[in-house]
Amino acid sequence: MQAATFLAYLAAAALFVLGIRRLRRPETARSGNTLAAFGMVVAIIATLFVIEFQSLLLIGVATLLGTVVGAVSAQRVQMTAMPQMVAVYNGVGGGAAALIAYSEFYHLQIRGDESLVATITVPLTVLIGSVSFAGSVVAFLKLQELAFAGSVTFPLQQVVNAILFVGILLLAANAALDAAILSFLPPVGSLTAVLVASLVLGVLLVIPIGGADMPIVISLLNAFTGLAAAASGFVLENYILIIGGTIVGASGTILTRLMSSALGRPLRKIIFAGIAASGSGGSEQQEDREVNDVSAEEVGEYLADEAEKVVIVPGYGLAVAQAQQAMRDLVETLESEGKEVLFGIHPVAGRMPGHMNVLLTEVGIPYEKLYDLEDINPEFDDANAAIIVGANDVVNPSAHDPEVESPISGMPVLTVENAEHVIFIKRSLSPGFAGVDNPLFYDTDKTMMLFSDAKQGLQDLNEAVKSS
Amino acid sequence: MQEFLAQLAIFVIAAFLGYELISRVPNLLHTPLMSATNAIHGVILVGGMITLSTGTGVPIKIVGFVAVFFGALNVVGGFWVTNRMLGMFRPPVRRVKRREEG
Repeated sequence: MQAATFLAYLAAAALFVLGIRRLRRPETARSGNTLAAFGMVVAIIATLFVIEFQSLLLIGVATLLGTVVGAVSAQRVQMTAMPQMVAVYNGVGGGAAALIAYSEFYHLQIRGDESLVATITVPLTVLIGSVSFAGSVVAFLKLQELAFAGSVTFPLQQVVNAILFVGILLLAANAALDAAILSFLPPVGSLTAVLVASLVLGVLLVIPIGGADMPIVISLLNAFTGLAAAASGFVLENYILIIGGTIVGASGTILTRLMSSALGRPLRKIIFAGIAASGSGGSEQQEDREVNDVSAEEVGEYLADEAEKVVIVPGYGLAVAQAQQAMRDLVETLESEGKEVLFGIHPVAGRMPGHMNVLLTEVGIPYEKLYDLEDINPEFDDANAAIIVGANDVVNPSAHDPEVESPISGMPVLTVENAEHVIFIKRSLSPGFAGVDNPLFYDTDKTMMLFSDAKQGLQDLNEAVKSS
Repeated sequence: MQEFLAQLAIFVIAAFLGYELISRVPNLLHTPLMSATNAIHGVILVGGMITLSTGTGVPIKIVGFVAVFFGALNVVGGFWVTNRMLGMFRPPVRRVKRREEG
């Protein structure tokens, strides 16, 4: 490698690190992203000096195609659909790593090169990259609600996965050891089999996981692709691939752990159990219990006349109903009446941690009004009303009730029950994703249930506040 | 072998760096951060360029072409969508720093 290219790679790596550093604060985050993108441009230009001149045309065409598709899709995607878009970008990155390793293996075979490092890292890259690609495609299909709805399971799923994984390792070893294990299968054939089997494994690993756990899966696959890129860096002996890929692999793993602990679900449980909606009973016999069913006018009157401090807890139902705009209108009305309005954002509100913040700031709700779990919980103590829109599990007090054993036990929740009144805007009494009933629904002195679609409910409420 | 050991050292240091970089990030930024790191592993595009450049034979050229296409899609889509997301975090008119006061 030329010294100039090497130095440019170092500069690119430094820009990646500085970019991520700036991404840790809202004020500097956007410039951080720009900085990292600039690092990418540096890395690409530096690479142009070490490749064959005559291949520039092909590279240019392929890059242009990818750029156009990437820019158009990124510009046009709805912010509510953004998680699955990230899954797609992640998947193609993994796919690229697998393809690169595959074609490098072909080279090594032709040249008769027997570098130990390459023979080990090639099958590894193909394995990780393919799993990431196929897993991301499944995640996309699930989130886009095109296929694999809910949790797809079949008998002996774990056993099948384990056998498949062992088979892949065997095939990978066969490819690396020049067909010493399975003499009938030549190395390139073995590697092709590794690629295909890894794609199948990627699908099988993700189909049993329910939609609400999908953000964690995408984050994990993001880390996978980072690792695949790093492994391909060993194959190609390229430093920027090793550095960039490893940083993403490591940071993605930490991010995944942060997310899964916010959900109160150990990663192991998500991946190996395929739990999804375990619906641990308890909701059936509750149906005839009395609730305080109110109209938008009643709630509006209460808010206008008696509430001074209002905390709003938005959930995924808000995003599904595309009710962010209606939410902002209501906030403006309340504030024009002199009320203090804050938002309590649970770490897993929306489809990814931070997703709800993106959706709300998109419609112009300033992010200083958006409080994290730890910061908002003390605020409920002197709040007159907590309005919960399209959420349930994240405000369920039974999560920290030691008497109740449920899938959300121990999950940190927003303590809305400390507010004077709790208002749910919700379509029905159905429990949330975790299938756990919420005792707050039946506290008729404290709780008002406004049964409505999130958007309609917020619009009605806005009118009601205005007119009272 | 010397080369490999140097690469291994860089791998280990980069892993610790990535770990340290992400600890203690507000939830607000988790999604943009995931999306930005997602774009950074699009550096695989560099690998695609090298492979496409050195590859011989039509099938391998096609594989390399697809790899470059995928890599470019990862890079451009990733940074672009992150930029859109972060564009929504407009700078506040007045900076309320409740957390630091409390």
